[in-house]
Amino acid sequence: MGSKLIALIVIVLGVIAIAQLVRLYELSSKLRNEGEHETNSRDNRLNARMMLVFMGFLFLGFIYLMLKYGWTGMGEAASVHGRETDWLLNINFILIIVVFYITNALLFSFAYKYIRKPGVKAFYFPHDNKLEMIWTVVPAIVLAIIIILGLRSWNTITDEAVKESINIELFSKQFDWTARYSGDDNTLGKFDYKLTTDNNELGLMTTNTIDTAIFQMENGVSGIKVLENKINDKKIILVPEERQKMIVDLERKSRLIRILYQMRGHHDSKIDKFAWDDIIQKDTLFLSENQEYEFNFRAKDVIHSAYFPHFRTQMNTVPGLTTRFKFTPDITTKDMRVKMNDSKFNYVLLCNKICGSAHYKMKMIVVVLGKSEFKNWMASKKKSSTFKQVYFPVVAPASPLAEVVADSAVVEKM
Amino acid sequence: MAAVAHEAHGHHDSHGHHEAHGHHEESFVSKYIFSQDHKMIGKQFLLTAIFMGIVAMLLSILFRIQLAWPGESSDFLTFFLGETWAPGGIMKEDMYLGLVTIHGTIMVFFLLTGGLSGTFSNMLIPLQIGARDMASGFLNMLSYWFFLLSSIIMLVSLFIETGPAMAGWTIYPPLSALPQAIGGSGLGMTLWLASMTIFVVSSLLGSLNYIVTILNLRTKGMSMTRMPLTIWAFFVTAILGVLSFPVLFSAVLLLMMDRLAGTSFYLSDIIVGGEMLANHGGSPILYQHLFWFLGHPEVYIVLLPALGLSSEIISTNSRKPIFGYRAMIGSILAIGFLSFIVWGHHMFITGMNPFIGSVFVFTTLLIAIPSAVKVFNYITTLWKGSIVLTPAMMFAIGLVSTFITGGVTGIILADSALDIAIHDTYFVVAHFHIVMGMSAVFGMFAGVYHWFPKMYGKMLNKRLGYVHFWITIFGAYGVFFPMHFVGLAGAPRRYYDYSVYGEFNTSSQEMMMDLNVIITIFAIIAALGQLVFLFNFFYSVFRGPKAIQNPWRSNTLEWTTPVEHVHGNWPGELPTVHRWPYDYSKPGAEDDFIPQTVPLADGEIEH
Repeated sequence: MGSKLIALIVIVLGVIAIAQLVRLYELSSKLRNEGEHETNSRDNRLNARMMLVFMGFLFLGFIYLMLKYGWTGMGEAASVHGRETDWLLNINFILIIVVFYITNALLFSFAYKYIRKPGVKAFYFPHDNKLEMIWTVVPAIVLAIIIILGLRSWNTITDEAVKESINIELFSKQFDWTARYSGDDNTLGKFDYKLTTDNNELGLMTTNTIDTAIFQMENGVSGIKVLENKINDKKIILVPEERQKMIVDLERKSRLIRILYQMRGHHDSKIDKFAWDDIIQKDTLFLSENQEYEFNFRAKDVIHSAYFPHFRTQMNTVPGLTTRFKFTPDITTKDMRVKMNDSKFNYVLLCNKICGSAHYKMKMIVVVLGKSEFKNWMASKKKSSTFKQVYFPVVAPASPLAEVVADSAVVEKM
Repeated sequence: MAAVAHEAHGHHDSHGHHEAHGHHEESFVSKYIFSQDHKMIGKQFLLTAIFMGIVAMLLSILFRIQLAWPGESSDFLTFFLGETWAPGGIMKEDMYLGLVTIHGTIMVFFLLTGGLSGTFSNMLIPLQIGARDMASGFLNMLSYWFFLLSSIIMLVSLFIETGPAMAGWTIYPPLSALPQAIGGSGLGMTLWLASMTIFVVSSLLGSLNYIVTILNLRTKGMSMTRMPLTIWAFFVTAILGVLSFPVLFSAVLLLMMDRLAGTSFYLSDIIVGGEMLANHGGSPILYQHLFWFLGHPEVYIVLLPALGLSSEIISTNSRKPIFGYRAMIGSILAIGFLSFIVWGHHMFITGMNPFIGSVFVFTTLLIAIPSAVKVFNYITTLWKGSIVLTPAMMFAIGLVSTFITGGVTGIILADSALDIAIHDTYFVVAHFHIVMGMSAVFGMFAGVYHWFPKMYGKMLNKRLGYVHFWITIFGAYGVFFPMHFVGLAGAPRRYYDYSVYGEFNTSSQEMMMDLNVIITIFAIIAALGQLVFLFNFFYSVFRGPKAIQNPWRSNTLEWTTPVEHVHGNWPGELPTVHRWPYDYSKPGAEDDFIPQTVPLADGEIEH
């Protein structure tokens, strides 16, 4: 408390001191017979020189930052389209940096050069059609080039993926990512958020998962039956708010269960196989070098954004809407570590849309393997960790611990 | 009605404005509080906005400390946030997002919309077009009181138990719709929505008034093409506000319905906090479309008044006519029009159809053309001028510099192919802070320094003005320039702690932490520099030297009114306008300025 009091006293005294200085200054300018509205030549010249000093600070500071930090601190692009993005980014940067230097230089040097001088009158120059035409047309042409180049890239980047691409789904929730590989058939199984249960976190759709979801909603810990019993049991005394909450919950669940029954009625068990062979992968996303991937993005709760800075890729994940993006990683993690001269470097998938308190921690390490390494990894996954095997643990008791060990073994081998 | 009453009143005391006080016995309340006089309302807007600006700046210093020294205990944080939000001097994650959200909201809406347009439209429109007051003094008064009310609600939301809104200033649902998702989406968000709704009312009342006043109450001879560029800027700004703020209101209204009435406008297929919601069929993207339909014009609502003010200031202090007056009007109109068809560039990576994305790329990059015209016209106005570097002039020059710097990075962001790589990173933060946090704020400071004599009848201290300018421009560039590099290293915005980068890329982490420290130090310096301004402002209001009638030797009509404020602005008849406002250093004229009220000499050609 004492230090705060002292700080406060210092501030108050400081303000008083400045006030006194200002008074002094005012008295002296009164003596010199000069009002605040007049700018004397000394002030004018001093500030004009400062304009040049500032221009130096701005220009040199910029060069220093460029030399020290480069203009893509993310490092070399590690995807096929990313290279094109970087090329385009460089062209745009050169253009805008030239404009930045020329216009700022004109601005500050004019502010220096044309300050009021005794006996020199300003040049009355209200307009000039030719000049104005030039600086309308020239920017228009430059922009046309930028637009054409940009849209050309944009079209290839957002175009459909080739047939040989592999489908992967990235599922986002507060505050982690889950990947789902499409398995042997390269088709992602269908899903519905209403099918989400403890052992089906992504809500995949099969005959069994629908049945489980219905069973849980009816008979689960806070299922419909339990709620009905609690609400109707006269022996249980409930706080009114709690009771109201339960009634709302019951209403919602009754609505959802009707839809689930409809879903079961319409469900075609032939599509079950698309989901059963999917492979769900947490913590680390493994990709293969020089392989195009078609990503589908989903969100469970709020909007997230899948941002792969090193692959120059980004797409929002939106609840209730599946979004997509394709890219081809073309430098393995191992090679990139050599290039970056950092043995611990990893690619990463970050969340780049504000999604809650731990937003900044929501990430997934991405590892790009060589083709054969990836093949081996994938084969081991297909053997023991398909959705079917995980869902019915009796058939193949997959130890989650063993899986983590296997993953880290792959990473360490590199 | 009001204008007629003032007319009579004006005639009555045309023999000497000293007696004005004697006739209209005004109580303290009707003069200073529930005032219907545009000059007083303008000052009320200014003071409220300055207060809100201080609060928002303080919030930014708090979270800058967290970014520069994450995990380190700070007394400063505990002092302002208390043990609840900064236990042991370390800011809570939730509160970080809350501070970011409220900082953005206050700066964009309360300082730069209410403060800039509210202050100067009110102050200058009647004075520069030669009107006794606004078309409706009463609505104008309401506009201020709604503004104050919404400011108070926004401030109150900082002090509630669950914390203020925390979903970012754009409050995208579902995060903003679901209290289970983050603490601030409870009562804090309700207050945010209430505050913004009232803000929209205030803005509409103000804007309608400005439009009507400019169209109907111009004095004799003040044709549209003789209006100062300030008025053109305020005029287009007001039109943008009237057309876009109602869309924000609709977005807010639907969000309120989702929160309170169980509708599904923005919600679909959500499981949050272990709870499966039944909402189906809504689209969070719809909210973004509605929000940015306001959000982008809003950028120009913020910027156009600043550009208008600086046009006037640069011309006056270069002692030269503004170069390309008609091209300037054309650019303002073009920017205003284009600002309505570019909102999608905020949404390139929402999953929007790529073809629609390309349309938005095209329209967005078109805006660069009128912007370039404006910049070149400013620079040409300086060329061969006889420049007087008043503090206002220096801020106006600073505005042009930052408008260039912030504008050119917009070209990168508008290019959808490039936006993919840097969307929502610090590059964006740098871009819009240089445009809004520097350009628009510089415009506001320029306006305050230039029109302070008109507002308070006193002069600001020019030396303190210089000190303020240099600290501000060095400091603010030092804050926002390095941010580009943080963004190009791939740092997402709204991250509480960038040391998470250490887990996969230590060199990026080092760079970000270094730059964050530099940025924070500059931010603290720039913030302390504002104390110079505050001192100068309040000291001069009370003790500053008395102003003369036309201190800057300017042409526009406001400088033909007496220094003492009188109801109805001109003690006698309204002035008649004979020329455009930019006859500076006209060949053949004796002085280097010819006020708009001076008739054309024989054989003199209007510009």
